[in-house]
Amino acid sequence: MEEKKRRLFVKQSCEKFKNSRFRLLDILWEIQNGLGGIEGPVMEQVGKLIGVSRVHVEGLVTFYAFFSDRILGKIIIRLCDDIVDQFFGLDKIIEVFSEELGIKPGQTSLDGRFSFELTPSIGMSDQAPAALINDVVFPKLTPGSVKKIIRQLKEGVPVFKVDDTCGDGNNASALIHSSVMNNIRHTGKVILSDSFLPEKGLERCLNLNPAEVIKEMKDSGLRGGGGAGFPSGLKWELARKAEAEKRHVICNADEGELGTFKDRVLLTERAPMMVEGMTIAAYAIGSSEGIIYLRAEYAYLRPWLENILEKRRDTNLLGKDILGKTGFHFDIRIQLGAGAYICGEESALICSCEGLRGEPRIRPPFPVEKGYMGQPTIVNNVETFCCAARIFEKGFDWFSNIGTDKSAGTKLLSVSGDCKKTGIYELAYGTAVADLLEMAEAHDTAIVQIGGASGEMIGRIDFNRKICFEDLATSGSVMVFNSQRNVLKIVDSFLKFFIDESCGYCTPCRVGNVFLRERIQKVMHGDANHSDLDYLRQLSNLIIKTSRCGLGNASPKPVLSSLEHFPIVYASHLHEPREGLQRQFNIQKALEESRRIAKRRSMIYDPVYYDTN
Amino acid sequence: MNATIKFRIDGTQVVTKAGLTIMKAADNAGIYIPRLCDEKGLEPQGSCRICIVKIGGQIVASCTQPAEDGLEVENDTPEIRNYRRDLVKMLYHEGNHLCPICEASGRCELQAVSYYLGIFQPTKYPYLQPDRPVDASHRDILLNTNRCIRCGRCIRASKTLDGKNLFGYIGRGIHKQVGVNGENLANTDAKVGDAAMALETCPVGCIIQKRQGFFAPIGKRRFDLKPLGTNSVKQQKGGSEQ
Ligand SMILES: Cc1cc2nc3c(=O)[nH]c(=O)nc-3n(C[C@H](O)[C@H](O)[C@H](O)COP(=O)(O)O)c2cc1C
Ligand code: SF4
Repeated sequence: MEEKKRRLFVKQSCEKFKNSRFRLLDILWEIQNGLGGIEGPVMEQVGKLIGVSRVHVEGLVTFYAFFSDRILGKIIIRLCDDIVDQFFGLDKIIEVFSEELGIKPGQTSLDGRFSFELTPSIGMSDQAPAALINDVVFPKLTPGSVKKIIRQLKEGVPVFKVDDTCGDGNNASALIHSSVMNNIRHTGKVILSDSFLPEKGLERCLNLNPAEVIKEMKDSGLRGGGGAGFPSGLKWELARKAEAEKRHVICNADEGELGTFKDRVLLTERAPMMVEGMTIAAYAIGSSEGIIYLRAEYAYLRPWLENILEKRRDTNLLGKDILGKTGFHFDIRIQLGAGAYICGEESALICSCEGLRGEPRIRPPFPVEKGYMGQPTIVNNVETFCCAARIFEKGFDWFSNIGTDKSAGTKLLSVSGDCKKTGIYELAYGTAVADLLEMAEAHDTAIVQIGGASGEMIGRIDFNRKICFEDLATSGSVMVFNSQRNVLKIVDSFLKFFIDESCGYCTPCRVGNVFLRERIQKVMHGDANHSDLDYLRQLSNLIIKTSRCGLGNASPKPVLSSLEHFPIVYASHLHEPREGLQRQFNIQKALEESRRIAKRRSMIYDPVYYDTN
Repeated sequence: MNATIKFRIDGTQVVTKAGLTIMKAADNAGIYIPRLCDEKGLEPQGSCRICIVKIGGQIVASCTQPAEDGLEVENDTPEIRNYRRDLVKMLYHEGNHLCPICEASGRCELQAVSYYLGIFQPTKYPYLQPDRPVDASHRDILLNTNRCIRCGRCIRASKTLDGKNLFGYIGRGIHKQVGVNGENLANTDAKVGDAAMALETCPVGCIIQKRQGFFAPIGKRRFDLKPLGTNSVKQQKGGSEQ
């Protein structure tokens, strides 16, 4: 675009969001989509228009994976490279994409039409391998389908028309129109059951006072579905008690944990229920503004969600004096993320909503005291809000009777990997892993990773363990691996994920995870001895103890839990050194640089003379 | 708030006014807690993690954690000392720190904290050896981010003391670094007299004033004269490595 037009476009993009620096994320999305990238001069212009420095804008552009400081192709292919995809033929898919496009991952074609990138978890592990092309999802890729897709794109078929098959349920609706499948395999009593009576819970709440609503919420025993399991009623109570003029309700739809996709299905099939739950929360804590933080990978669901919000405004379920309750005003906006797992962490998510880099905040103060725009804020998971709507429809004791003592209700599990029936299972808390595996028709299972990369890796003797906060807590991700799969490869891939997704704020997580991966690779290459395992344990402990947020507190878990549950795998890779020798030291490699500079061989160490020039 | 509170650091009672961080209260009481990203006059950010202490079994950054009445703070214990050592070593291995040829040697806080903690040798971690280009564009200032420890002191000094915003964090994860507010430093209004460029602001040799290297002979450099931790009333052993 010529400069004058570009400057005008940038100006209009900023004006669209009232030149507000708090909406920088939205502004950058406009520009990224319009110009294909955000280069230095544009950063400078945006900074001037919204009153921040150029380097502040650059800070965001270089933080979020979906923004780019160079111009990307008109068509951006983001192929998911998580471990499930790797085990389901990723290498071949990468090869075919590369061949068809003539570019490698990370490159843009010379004609500026295509960019090809690899990306972690796009929330489609049950339909792997999968890719996002612009914001259209292409699940279940095969070499054949990739060739077909690229051929059509090259012929100029618009991305959304390339695959005209539709998935089940609302995926087939005009506003979603996606070939993604819900794959709901088991509907539980609370969320996926079709006995839900919309708005009944909300109506009942509006006849109670907020304190009573919070009490029922506490009595229900509901704990957050995002992984940490914090009691939701207590969170609401803390926010209500904090002195403030304004409070905020945020729904965490960032769903970044590897192997989870249940929020994707809830957003598709239960969005009204989720919004009802948010509305109840708003009434309980005294909030008039809410945000749905939607991960960029789910941008294809945005028109659908906007439409649901619009319909609710039309029927007075959002807006002023909701359902005739004088003085209760509440509305919701959608904040699109831009590719950062750390933005699932609630304080980082709040930063992101404020148009900042998604870095966790200093705590205390906690979000319930000082959150979004410095005001008390509750952040809850999609599933948590769905449960809330149901609790008020059916009663708190109905809910607390489901599940176990300390884990009330059901849990949505996202099952992927080596099993016949990948997909969503809504099961009461307390279900044994073995029972889940049977339902999913998983045979020859050797490894189950519960709770994503930051969860626990268990082997066969632990399959009788139960999924609940008392035993195996989880955000819902269950990755199943058969006996052909390599434990160390799984660990390595999780560490890569954490290295890529660490925000880099604090030393132990930023640097420590790189060191962990280096040592795991040494083990994989057969160069490690038992002292390396001590090193791994010690380093893991350091990272867990001294990191400042949940990412670093959990990132060494794949190492520790594989060491604990699969010690034999490690043992089989170790080689004890002969005295005085370091196995991983390679004299030829060490000399290479000197040889190159000196342009001659080493008389002592070169077995064969060769000129490296 | 002028209520006073009492708490303990390694058993020593500290009496202080309410509303301070543990580190501030410790400083006032003459108890040294080692640190790198924190600097007097700047907002604390709790990123280097060297100043961690333990309270109620939890490890927290003392530069951001409020001191509260009745707290029992563990500061100079073997566990915490070992964590601090490992964290400092990580910083050495993350960047390129060739102390004998570095202009900042002797006035470098990373080096001084290492001596305080008893680190004198290369360590167990691998070297990452970054090779980011050096920004020598400016007439008086040189920026070598291969030595940067991401403490962000220059960022905060430029913002709060100079009102300039010359620097900011860019990138993320291991690629997170300090960026300048323009194509390069010469394209900004950086001045050698800025607080952000002061010799004390950058704790390592990342921001260098040109023609200012090696101005003090060995033995007379800043931390030769006054090693870190020695201006405290209560002297602690940083200890040597176990
Ligand atoms: C690194 C990291 C990533 C997270 N990602 C998510 C996420 O994608 N979705 C989510 O609901 N919670 C996520 N969380 C948990 C949130 O911080 C927060 O606890 C949660 O949203 C609270 O909602 P809940 O109590 O309803 O579960 C993450 C936490 C961390 C530390
Ligand atoms: S633990 Fe990792 S993700 Fe969390 S603040 Fe530190 S560097 Fe960022």
